[in-house]
Amino acid sequence: MSDLVSMTLAEARDAIRAKKISSRELTSAFVTAIEKARPLNAFITEAGEQALAMADAADKRIASGKIGALEGLPLAIKDLFCTKDVRTTAASKILGNFVPPYESTVTQNLWDAGAVMLGKTNLDEFAMGSSNETSAFGPVFNPWRASNSNANLVPGGSSGGSSAAVAADLCLAATGTDTGGSIRQPAAVTGRVGLKPTYGRCSRFGIVAFASSLDQAGPMTKTVRDAAIMLKTMASVDPKDSTSVNIPVPDYEKLLDGGIEGLKVGIPKEYRIDGAPAEIDALWSKGADWLKAQGAEIVEVSLPHTKYALPTYYIVAPAEASSNLARYDGVKFGYRAPGVHDITELYEKSRGEGFGAEVQRRILIGTYVLSAGYYDAYYAKAQKLRSLIKRDFEQAFEKCDVLLTPTTPGPAFGVGAKTTDPLEMYLQDVFTVTVNLAGLPGISVPAGLTQNGLPLGLQLIGKAFDEATLLRAAYAVEQAADFQHSPAKWWSV
Amino acid sequence: MNAPTKNKLLKGETGDWEIVIGMEVHAQVISQSKLFSGASTAFGAEPNSQVSFIDAGFPGMLPVINEKCVEQAVRTGLGLKAQINLRSIFDRKNYFFPDLPQGYQISQYKDPIVGEGEVIIDLKDGESIRVGIERLHLEQDAGKSLHDQHPDSSFVDLNRSGIALMEIVSKPHMRTSEEAAAFLRKLRAIVRYLGTCDGNMDEGSMRADVNVSVCRVGGYEKFRESGDFKHLGTRCEIKNVNSMRFIAQAVEYEARRQIEVIEGGGTIHQETRRFDSRAGETRSMRSKEDAHDYRYFPDPDLLPLELDADWVAEIEKSLPELPDEKKTRFMAQGLSAYDASVVVAERELADYYEELAKGVDAKSAVNWLNNEVLGRLNRDGLSIIEVPVSAAANNAIIQMVADKTISGKIAKDLLDIVWTEGGDPRQVVEARGMKQLTDTGAIDAAIEAVIAANPDKVEEVKAKPKLAAWFVGQVMKQTGGKANPAAVNAALKTRLNLPEEG
Repeated sequence: MSDLVSMTLAEARDAIRAKKISSRELTSAFVTAIEKARPLNAFITEAGEQALAMADAADKRIASGKIGALEGLPLAIKDLFCTKDVRTTAASKILGNFVPPYESTVTQNLWDAGAVMLGKTNLDEFAMGSSNETSAFGPVFNPWRASNSNANLVPGGSSGGSSAAVAADLCLAATGTDTGGSIRQPAAVTGRVGLKPTYGRCSRFGIVAFASSLDQAGPMTKTVRDAAIMLKTMASVDPKDSTSVNIPVPDYEKLLDGGIEGLKVGIPKEYRIDGAPAEIDALWSKGADWLKAQGAEIVEVSLPHTKYALPTYYIVAPAEASSNLARYDGVKFGYRAPGVHDITELYEKSRGEGFGAEVQRRILIGTYVLSAGYYDAYYAKAQKLRSLIKRDFEQAFEKCDVLLTPTTPGPAFGVGAKTTDPLEMYLQDVFTVTVNLAGLPGISVPAGLTQNGLPLGLQLIGKAFDEATLLRAAYAVEQAADFQHSPAKWWSV
Repeated sequence: MNAPTKNKLLKGETGDWEIVIGMEVHAQVISQSKLFSGASTAFGAEPNSQVSFIDAGFPGMLPVINEKCVEQAVRTGLGLKAQINLRSIFDRKNYFFPDLPQGYQISQYKDPIVGEGEVIIDLKDGESIRVGIERLHLEQDAGKSLHDQHPDSSFVDLNRSGIALMEIVSKPHMRTSEEAAAFLRKLRAIVRYLGTCDGNMDEGSMRADVNVSVCRVGGYEKFRESGDFKHLGTRCEIKNVNSMRFIAQAVEYEARRQIEVIEGGGTIHQETRRFDSRAGETRSMRSKEDAHDYRYFPDPDLLPLELDADWVAEIEKSLPELPDEKKTRFMAQGLSAYDASVVVAERELADYYEELAKGVDAKSAVNWLNNEVLGRLNRDGLSIIEVPVSAAANNAIIQMVADKTISGKIAKDLLDIVWTEGGDPRQVVEARGMKQLTDTGAIDAAIEAVIAANPDKVEEVKAKPKLAAWFVGQVMKQTGGKANPAAVNAALKTRLNLPEEG
């Protein structure tokens, strides 16, 4: 049975189509694996029964010859996607027992293609965090541990439940959302693939909003091919999301094998930061060599406003969040503080008790930067910088087709190691936030292990809506890296 | 056009004052569905029966602009002869309120869909004033809090939440309560002509916030010359005044109050006030210091609204004839400025008038409309939409008077008959023998009968020719009112040998 759960999405798809396995067999194996893996705390809501029902329905369709692109394939869904009749928490106390009466467009696309939902994965509260430690449902533990250590490490964040679930073989693939790196960073520190598509590629309808101009859904998978398969189904133009874009979605999987002969790969010099571990730099150079060896041309490019990316991000994202989270007020749904006497007290107590510390911090920052008298100094200036950062990329892409960078400044760190210093935590996003600010697609591919045996990822950044080229380059890195490592399943012994 | 005329001044203890008034009008857009959701906008439905998840601010919900509402805003802008901005931006106005489910209102702040325009208002004395429009923008309405349903809870009805409003902001170009009321009346007429707002103030589909300030004589003129607000006094905003009458009352009261404060050595502080219609006074709601910091910023869920110039041109082509144009046309047909502005005030009335006046003298048509039709409507408490006699029927009556088929007096009786009993006026005239007598033989016979019965009067009239009117009356009585008065007059003059009048 353990073979079943360690299959890639593509392998499982092919096995189901060849009728070698049924969706029910596959789904049962994952339901069992999820139950055994509870020490990881990867799931907020397990939906085993519903999953088996969905699997049976898929098997019926398979028997009748109606086979969708993801027919019978069990997936984990980040608990930021609203799922009809299944509790959706955003890992926050403030949503209480909120059960959406509607389905997000991305998950609807998955179910329409025949996929099976195993459950809702843990995350940083409202996707605000880089370690999955701000969740109201407790931290998630990384399936990986450093060699010769039993210390628990973080799985990255905010899509930490999804990254852990993929790395621990608790699903074939998972959905994530990425506002500043929330798909790519957790994928990197769990040795798996994470793809943030171009802003507008996937609908945001039904995804609990963090920062609307940055949020984008994407797949977290075991392989680049699996990411290509998932994106094809997740992506769509949606009349319910005005910011989704009507550009045809190609068959990414078919385009993977094209090779990278003549592809121009840019190396942004500003991403070489002081104090980064030597291992990171070494892996980055190795990545460039791998691509060169396959016929790509390596060019140095400059993204001069990179140093402003983090401060810009930590103005724009909290500003939008402070407004997006205003609807959680204890009036209509979710948590309402007991024993209050007037509306102001209702707001203050419900929000004070309902939101965790990191969310409150960001609401405060966001409220501050939008306030009269501060708007121009912060928010307006950040918008200008955002334009400059975007322009940096446009200029770089005149010289190259994709960019290659590290995904994170280091491997997974210990639980609790950075929780007391928010700025230290925010640095996790240093290589990833620029991509969100520019609205570009980015992917993290597992590329090697540290001396301690912890995975590291390389990031590729593509032109807007050119996920096909991005995936092709990522596939080339994946082939060369030949990363075959998996964590020891310490939780199920 | 804007000189400080005597009748626009208010007398204070220390001298004369000028009032300066600006207005912000919220007009509900006529549209089947809301500004950013597909929920219905029908008035009067069960509470919370017309609410989508978007209107209720549910997690993950996103607004999608309703093209119809955009079209209505553009149409209104064109009707206000205003600049249409081909690129506009929706912003979030952030504040907490139980009937504001998202915690922000989607509005337009720096870049509204419509820029500067104008409204021409017509005053009773025939004067016309141009009131500048500062801007028009689209925004969502909030829901409604209900505080009288439960002893210790408040309820919220979200049916109104998300309905499209146009906020129309005037420049401070009004100077009297009459002008303020006339502005709102004219604006209401324009949006009703355009079909962009029903203007129903009772149902709240049109609400006005009135800004009032006072300054010393000459301040307003200096403001108009320089555009500098320092020449005006500090303004107070009176929220949600919901009838023309209340607007006039609120302005009068507020201006008096401000003058008293200033003359008493006090200072006016910028604040928001509300009008208590029962007491007829304004009361402070909140001062500027308590004002919200709305933290406006562009709504990242919506792209900038880009309009196609050709699309705007198409809308412009489809505009109906508006009150000012209609008024000019009616005046060219012979109506006075005052009559014309009364007739065009309501589209239905103008349409009614046009049919009523078809092929007859414009002046007699408008007199008939004013004196007979509107008089009866007023008496019966009906509006022009409820008028029981069609414009065509009135037209027939006027024509019958014009071609002397019936007399003016009979015409009024005839209108009374069809007003209460219905029927075709021409058939009624036939059936009831109401036709005017023009047959001189019949008239002569009647005259002979009156003379025979009143020999004393025949003597008297020779000395007092004015007594001829008495004879006319008698002859009319004799003929049951059907005799043509002019024919009776002529025949009497000949018969009684009376001199021609001056």
